[in-house]
Amino acid sequence: MKIDRRRFLQLGALGGGAVLASGLAGCASLADSDDDDFYFVQLSDSHWGFQGPKVNPDARGTLPKAVAAVNALPVRPDFIVFTGDLTHTTDNPVERRRRLAEFRDIVAGLDVKTVHFMAGEHDAALDHGKAWMEFFGPTHYTFDHKGVHFIALDNVSDPAARLGDEQLAWLAADLAAQPQEARIVVFAHRPLFDLAPQWDWATRDGAKAMELLLPCTNVTVFYGHIHQENHHMTGHIAHHSARSLIFPLPAPLSQPKREPIPWDADHPYRGLGFREIEAEDGGAKLALSEMPIGRA
Amino acid sequence: MRRERRLFLAAGLVALAAGAGALAQSGPRVIKVVARRFVFTPNRIELRKDEPVVFELTTEDVFMGFNVPDFSVRSDIVPGRTQRLSLTPDKSGTFTFLCDVFCGEGHESMNGTLVVT
Repeated sequence: MKIDRRRFLQLGALGGGAVLASGLAGCASLADSDDDDFYFVQLSDSHWGFQGPKVNPDARGTLPKAVAAVNALPVRPDFIVFTGDLTHTTDNPVERRRRLAEFRDIVAGLDVKTVHFMAGEHDAALDHGKAWMEFFGPTHYTFDHKGVHFIALDNVSDPAARLGDEQLAWLAADLAAQPQEARIVVFAHRPLFDLAPQWDWATRDGAKAMELLLPCTNVTVFYGHIHQENHHMTGHIAHHSARSLIFPLPAPLSQPKREPIPWDADHPYRGLGFREIEAEDGGAKLALSEMPIGRA
Repeated sequence: MRRERRLFLAAGLVALAAGAGALAQSGPRVIKVVARRFVFTPNRIELRKDEPVVFELTTEDVFMGFNVPDFSVRSDIVPGRTQRLSLTPDKSGTFTFLCDVFCGEGHESMNGTLVVT
């Protein structure tokens, strides 16, 4: 059975809008899929080191559960991307490195060969990414996979949430080397658009990145930061935020304060999870599936 | 006649002084806001619609930001300096101001309320 297990989001359908459709739940296989089809997994916002039993009494158990859930997938993803806030912030540089090391050791248990890491402001803002880079390397980079060009942007190691002119110039040069119709997937931690600046859910110079991306005809953005699923269009470019692996946050501006949603003992891990993204037709179409952690 | 002229000049000077005083009073109201991790003091500020104000922003510890997204104004708050930020609210309501420079574990709760009537 070709993968139809996921409710999926067909991008760009029906006049550029994002259409959410439901597929069948259950097991699936990629055995009869096209050779260029592949899928990857997005995990985000594990905040390793966070303590707050009212919002997650299993703070040290949730990330290992996510690792186990990914390892239990019936088909191995081609790769995994972590879109930032791997660790929870701390003023102590020694503790920061200890958390990064523990996180690295836990995710080493992922039974997937290729894992791409990104920083969040909790990992990187207080030391401009210094400790994070010691563990995971550059904070912005590109890679290619089966005809899709992936771009990881860093809008967090500047505590003012800027990409900065240097990175924007790097992005412009990278895009200039791509055909206009290239299949491009962008990863970021913060939203590249003004989702809710009142809650600091924005990138100060994100509009400049979007100006560079808009001439490209096939771009999709995946990000984290807001601890929930959210879908937004900037012109023809879709933005999809991921759930967290520590606690969910309320819908943008749905309440006066941006407070974590309390733990629901009747529905543990509700609102947490990770995402599968299946690239079909050489990356022309991306199908999204939201996967729970534990008993959601 | 000469005495009347002196009285007239004196009255004019008094009027000029009164006018200068009125001018001084019509300048923008200054509101001092002090930032420290992870609070603003005050964290509730009442303004009148169309009343120009100037925020005088200082920080007691680290580099911060002061952002009022609903009015599209912001300023860095640099240690050791007083930053001035002008605002004339053109709409009534309750609006959030926040620190938009990540400053540590309590950063997400570092915000306050502008009440414009």
